[in-house]
Amino acid sequence: MPILNVNGKSIPVDAEPETPLLWVLRGELKLVGTKYGCGKGLCGACTVHLDGEAVRSCVTPLEAVQGREVRTIEGVQCPQIDALRQAWTHVDVVQCGYCQSGQLMAACALLKRSPRPSDEEIDAAMSGNLCRCGTYTRIRAAIHVAAATAGRTP
Amino acid sequence: MANIKRRHLILGTVGVVGALVIGWSAAPQRRRLLTDKPLAVGQGQVALNGWVKVSADNTVTVMMSQAEMGQGAQTGLAMLLADEMDADWAQVTLEQSTLDAIYNNQAVLIDGLPFQPNDHGLAKRATGHLLGKIIRAVPGLQGTGGSSSLTDQWLPLRQAGASARAMLIGGAAALWQVPAGECRAENGRVLHASGKSATFGELAQRAAQMPLPKEVTLKTPAQFKLIGQGVRRIDNATKLDGSATYGIDVLPPGLLYASITMCPTVGGKVASFDAAAAQVLPGVRKVVKLEPAKASSVMPGSTCGGVAVIADTPFHAMRALTKVAIGWDHGAAAALSSDSISSDLKAALDGAEGKVHLETGRIAQALQSAAKTIEAEYRVPFLAHATMEPMNCTAQFKDGVATVWAPTQAAGFASGAVAKALGIPESKVDIKVPYLGGGFGRRYLTDFVVQAALLARETQGAPVQLLWSREQDMAHDYYRPTYLCRCKAGFDANGKLTAWKTTSAGSSMGMPAFMDQSTDGASNTAYAFPNARVAHVTVESAVPVGIWRSVAHSQNAFFTESFVDECAAACGQDPVAFRAELLGADERHKRVLHRAAEIANWQQPLGPAPDGAKQGRGIAIHRSFGSVVAQVAEVSITEQRQIRVHRVICVIDCGVPVNPNLIRQQMEGAIVFGLSAALRGEITIDKGQVQQSNFNNYAPLRMSESPAIQVDIIQSADAPSGVGEPGTPPIAPAVANALYALTGMRLRTLPLKFA
Repeated sequence: MPILNVNGKSIPVDAEPETPLLWVLRGELKLVGTKYGCGKGLCGACTVHLDGEAVRSCVTPLEAVQGREVRTIEGVQCPQIDALRQAWTHVDVVQCGYCQSGQLMAACALLKRSPRPSDEEIDAAMSGNLCRCGTYTRIRAAIHVAAATAGRTP
Repeated sequence: MANIKRRHLILGTVGVVGALVIGWSAAPQRRRLLTDKPLAVGQGQVALNGWVKVSADNTVTVMMSQAEMGQGAQTGLAMLLADEMDADWAQVTLEQSTLDAIYNNQAVLIDGLPFQPNDHGLAKRATGHLLGKIIRAVPGLQGTGGSSSLTDQWLPLRQAGASARAMLIGGAAALWQVPAGECRAENGRVLHASGKSATFGELAQRAAQMPLPKEVTLKTPAQFKLIGQGVRRIDNATKLDGSATYGIDVLPPGLLYASITMCPTVGGKVASFDAAAAQVLPGVRKVVKLEPAKASSVMPGSTCGGVAVIADTPFHAMRALTKVAIGWDHGAAAALSSDSISSDLKAALDGAEGKVHLETGRIAQALQSAAKTIEAEYRVPFLAHATMEPMNCTAQFKDGVATVWAPTQAAGFASGAVAKALGIPESKVDIKVPYLGGGFGRRYLTDFVVQAALLARETQGAPVQLLWSREQDMAHDYYRPTYLCRCKAGFDANGKLTAWKTTSAGSSMGMPAFMDQSTDGASNTAYAFPNARVAHVTVESAVPVGIWRSVAHSQNAFFTESFVDECAAACGQDPVAFRAELLGADERHKRVLHRAAEIANWQQPLGPAPDGAKQGRGIAIHRSFGSVVAQVAEVSITEQRQIRVHRVICVIDCGVPVNPNLIRQQMEGAIVFGLSAALRGEITIDKGQVQQSNFNNYAPLRMSESPAIQVDIIQSADAPSGVGEPGTPPIAPAVANALYALTGMRLRTLPLKFA
């Protein structure tokens, strides 16, 4: 039985190796914070961290994550996540909220790579994440806010 | 969004309860304060009326009948009650209401009456009054649409809050043996002049013993503490840690998963299927054929028939579904195409003058005597809703009771539809409404709820979650209809506009002729045209159509505001000055128009875009759902003739701005939603099938394409009007007008593109 290392726990998973990670998370593990949007890696709603990098779990088979660390919105470990959540709240980003798990996971990965990103870097990193509520400009603003606060020495 | 539906509702409602109307004039008007059955309460909790419960731990629970799909209504509504109650906002929580007549959405129905928005005449008031009585008596009409939630509950929730406050004060006065007039409420406590104080929780039991106040005095705007403040959304926290529960997240024990494929041809169904190869796959429990599902009890049309696989995991259901061999009955629409529908619209306009929706002055004479006329033909395509969360529903049918977790805008209709599908009384249906991952009108229909209910018959009492794939969601929507509109204007020798004539063709979405709302936003225009005729020819096709954020306003604002711009150009006038003159004595519209122009520095030349590209700007103004919105778009085009929108200025008058943060969010969101449609949105049909399947070929705007948006809210003391939809209609014409200003080319077809 494949072992999945997710959110810091090793969990045996009763699923075929070709099962997309998204459906293992949602179906087997009941980690439903990661969302289904397109099934083709087109919208980013299913974004999780694989060894700290943002990946689309809907097109990532279970067999591809063996021995690697998966983090979802429920157990995200990233130095900037608190700052991001605070900034999201401060800027009033959320509307329906369905895409926001994926947005936050993508934003975390961006700040890890580039702690003080420019607008262009943010656009490049985040344009794979769709939001039908149109929260884009607030997401961009919130990433700047988070970058500024996370950058400060505590 | 429920413009269309609500017309049907009126009919349907009158049909259902027509007999009850007799004798009502003598009956006292029922107030929207107490539910038919008392609210269920927990340990240490009391209900002070049908809208609010107070717990010993000081929690104030607001009964919430409206769905949260991103529009922020739940936060805004809770603010109304909490403000009048003087509750501590930090102690306010929400609970889904039951289905009861006090929660019926009256505004969405009365607003949908076929009268001019400025008509406050006797006939409208009398009809509204009668309808109000009907709605107050019939449960199951609660719904979230038509940008109406705050309009509808503006008074009931505030009265409920004020009533609860009076009872808490009464309870405190009795406890302290002091006159109630010496007590006041503040931030979740009742205080007495002597310095005594008690929390709402401490007073709850006593308050519940107090009689309902006969009269309550509502706060004046100056006394509001929450209303008017940019209070943070109540749903923020759970939407940032993955714990918010949407339709696809409900996890009742023993949950099974279902995946469905429906006939790809509109109006089609299953002719035959062979499930042998699917049934032997791991985890598969059952393969079920589903007949076409009605759009809803009040909307025409139905969703294609299909085959669903029920399995133990989502992946097992999806995988097995691909192994089911299905023979489709493609039905009558197998030859349908976008071109054939287009030809039908053109033929309709060639052959008919249309049904007149607005006629003022003498249009024929005015056109005949005009010194100059201009003509133009506009076109808009079908559009999908493409909510981020695809259609889904979870249902359990056990011991004759159906429990349904439905991400729906229409809990009342969903309940009725499930009862009908399962042949059980509505009292045996329990509808639970989780968060909606977007709605935009699609979730006012109940087809997917019925499908889930029917699947729940097949699982021996186990709950089953039906999830449509993105491809199924795209191909089985109820689309914003395609329209063609011909416009003609006449000018006198001095260049003054003297005649305005538009005739559109397209689906009336099944409305009977006398309730046709196809020209919403065109026939009930704010412009004081001296001679005008607005007409419509109904042309139906087999493509399912429905209500899409702002309904008919989405196309009619494009036609009207683009052609008004053409008229301004034809007589060499500035677009803002031309509109202001046409608006005549309508000061509300003119205030919004001029404010937008002022913020945009309309009188000053527009500089280049940040990257140096030459920019053009355009303006549009449109009223929908009671609110007036003006937008100025600043655009440029790339060397490859790609359109870029850099900045949008948006001014709204929506009555009292209950929560400016939410209003700004909705304006921004509605603009991005409308821009996605204006720049790229198009559903096309070939061989009776929708050709778009996913976000690669129906591609909403992405962050890199999203303009800067600056929102300004007009201060007003009028009752709140709509916010969720009114930001969408003006953006397409504002961009088209900006492109004209930039290039001199008039784009008259959506999506906008240079050939």
